[in-house]
Amino acid sequence: MSNAETANYNGRKWRKPPFIKNPYKRWSLIIISVVYVVAAFATMEVDWQRAYEGLERGANFILSFARPDFVTRFTEISEGIIESLVMALAATVVGVAISIPIALGAARNISFLPIYLICRMIIAISRALNEVIVAILMVAIFGFGPLAGFITLSFSTIGFIGKLLAEEIEKSNKVQAEAIRSTGSSWMQMINYGYQPQFMPRLIGLSMYRLDSNFRHSSVLGLVGAGGVGATLNTAFSRYEFDTAAAIILIIIVLVVLLEYLSSLIRAWVQ
Amino acid sequence: MAVKINNNGQKIWKRRDRRAQLQNWALWLIGTAIFMFCWYQISKATNWYFVWDAGRIASDIGSRAMPPKWSYINELWKPLWDTINIATLGTLLALIVAIPIGFLAARNTTPSKLFVRPIALIIIVSSRSINSLIWALLLVAILGPGIFAGLLAIAIRSIGFCAKLLYEAIEEIDRTQVEAISATGASNMQIMIYGILPQVMPTLAGLSVFRWDINIRESTVLGLVGAGGIGLQLQGSLNTLAWPQVSLIILVILFAVLISEWVSAKVRGAII
Amino acid sequence: MLRLENFTKQYATGDMALKGVNLEISSGQVVALIGPSGAGKSTLIRCINRLVEPTSGSALLNDINLTKLSSSALRKARRRMGMIFQEYALVERLTVMENVLSGRLGYVGFWRSWFRLFPQKDIDEAFRLLQRVGLDHMADKRADELSGGQRQRVGIARALIQDPELLLVDEPTASLDPKTSRQIMRLITELCTERGLAAIINIHDVALAKMFVQRVIALRSGEIIFDGSPEDLTPEVLTNIYGEEDWEATIKQEENGNSENGEADKTVKDK
Repeated sequence: MSNAETANYNGRKWRKPPFIKNPYKRWSLIIISVVYVVAAFATMEVDWQRAYEGLERGANFILSFARPDFVTRFTEISEGIIESLVMALAATVVGVAISIPIALGAARNISFLPIYLICRMIIAISRALNEVIVAILMVAIFGFGPLAGFITLSFSTIGFIGKLLAEEIEKSNKVQAEAIRSTGSSWMQMINYGYQPQFMPRLIGLSMYRLDSNFRHSSVLGLVGAGGVGATLNTAFSRYEFDTAAAIILIIIVLVVLLEYLSSLIRAWVQ
Repeated sequence: MAVKINNNGQKIWKRRDRRAQLQNWALWLIGTAIFMFCWYQISKATNWYFVWDAGRIASDIGSRAMPPKWSYINELWKPLWDTINIATLGTLLALIVAIPIGFLAARNTTPSKLFVRPIALIIIVSSRSINSLIWALLLVAILGPGIFAGLLAIAIRSIGFCAKLLYEAIEEIDRTQVEAISATGASNMQIMIYGILPQVMPTLAGLSVFRWDINIRESTVLGLVGAGGIGLQLQGSLNTLAWPQVSLIILVILFAVLISEWVSAKVRGAII
Repeated sequence: MLRLENFTKQYATGDMALKGVNLEISSGQVVALIGPSGAGKSTLIRCINRLVEPTSGSALLNDINLTKLSSSALRKARRRMGMIFQEYALVERLTVMENVLSGRLGYVGFWRSWFRLFPQKDIDEAFRLLQRVGLDHMADKRADELSGGQRQRVGIARALIQDPELLLVDEPTASLDPKTSRQIMRLITELCTERGLAAIINIHDVALAKMFVQRVIALRSGEIIFDGSPEDLTPEVLTNIYGEEDWEATIKQEENGNSENGEADKTVKDK
């Protein structure tokens, strides 16, 4: 290259190339975002007076973490926590048991089209409905108590495990299953020998993960009467008993951490 | 796996040897016992009289809920708008807080492993362990009912989620790219924006959209505890046993969730 | 210009990576650092600009003791030492231009670098350097779209835009094919001559080193065991450095000159 060309570069401007190349698209996106944020704030009705008055209560609540009260409502708390754990555990077992056949049905590579569509639909409905909404319906149908919570959690477990397990099965190595198939095995035998060894570690990992997220969810179901510690928590808040609420929240956090630790141990052991 | 030779000198193959077999049985036994205990607890707290009646009640509710009261939709637009705002602004707020916390929690960027990192981890764990509905309950008690409490509840719950995924991504970055930037004499902040941020940007964008999608779902029920959004209407309709309204609201929520899932899948596809 | 005195590095594991290295490099001198894997070549280079903290001893760059500098003074000193890496170490998701300009980070403030508002003279220089390494048409490409040789050219431009007096070069050719390796080595040594830079080039390819430098230093287990001109690298010396092996091939290859490295090694041995 000649020196004349070198000179061209002097004073040449450089800007970072924009993320969205088309300037028309870029600017309309920026303007829409700004308008949206402004509109969102403008339509938000905030009672600042009330919020300001609440600051003292907020400070009180934070302080109450320094002196959580486990004792006053000890029976309610312990019963609630045990109920939450029981619901989470039972729902994980039942939910996983149901989601295995559904996952098999929802895996495109081993299922028949009509069954595939039905299973996918079940998974989609379960995933789209929030646990709390399901819990409300279950309470209306089965009455108050942990049974409604248990059914709710089982149902949402199906959506979670079903989807991820089906994806795992779809990803799994076809050759291994074909080898089993070629020995003249039945469909069930093919699943048992060809696929099960491949998806088992993932299934156990997912189940453990689901156990701890079921516990997390079970703590809110009490708010709508579906059992567990949520009811106790709700009462504590509505009576402004922040010390008790702090105690419950601390217990939940500790249990979640323990469950997470346990599940990571089991997952490491399986793999 | 075990191969044994029996009295006749034949080889016998069994999947597990005796010890492993016993262990296996014991595990199943313990598992079953725990499950039976759980089931017993649930069953004890259940009024089975209601449960046997469940089929009739369900069909009764179903027949009352159908058809949905379509005209009610006009009262749902504003709550729906509020719900979307709670999710979106909540996610934005969460990101603003979660990004610095993620950097403080990652082993390779934290200023102090002994003091700062544990604090950041505690914030992440507390935020993640508590469901957004509980945060909303708490904030409604403190700030009074309304969108603001819901927005903060969503934000607080999302901080832990975003910060956790972010710090895991930061811990997995390519160290030599960071080394190269520090070798130029860049300051710590510059190393962050040139060496680390570009590497975690895809994760950050992906998790924001992912969390936004989750937050749309979660903000639909915040109204149940008075924290704004379409859940308020749901609560009201449930209290007055207005089942046609309930079914419409649930349909609207399903629709919103499907749209948000579609949007989030589209955006993630565009980024990655 | 650069003087290492009793330079020592002991890792936390107890391994002595450098055992009291003494070394002096004069201004504009290009030195190849050879030695077996694990001899401490990378550690030596990284201890000079303190990407790795040396345990004891001193490194004097123009009579400034690098090992004693505070972190802000160290950043200033690092501007005088450009570094080129084995795996290029470009920030892959930034554009070529941003990668080159990142070499100026030590000179510009935080907000300027955040908004990519580099002084025009830096941008001019970046364009000139990109042209010099033959990549000026690639300025707005993302670094991960480039081939290995192109990336290393960007790496070189990034080191040079720092306006250094010393280049620290860590295995610049280890990830490149033989032809590109030569081109890169030629480019580095040419640029050093053009700009009067001193350089320490850490390299495991002895033949390649002999082709391009006038002074070779050999490191074994953290100690300097050879320091001299490439002609003095006799089979005995190489055996001393690397251990027993047929060295004729490596030496002859340089005399043949025209054949490519790895290939040549084999053909000569087969004779």
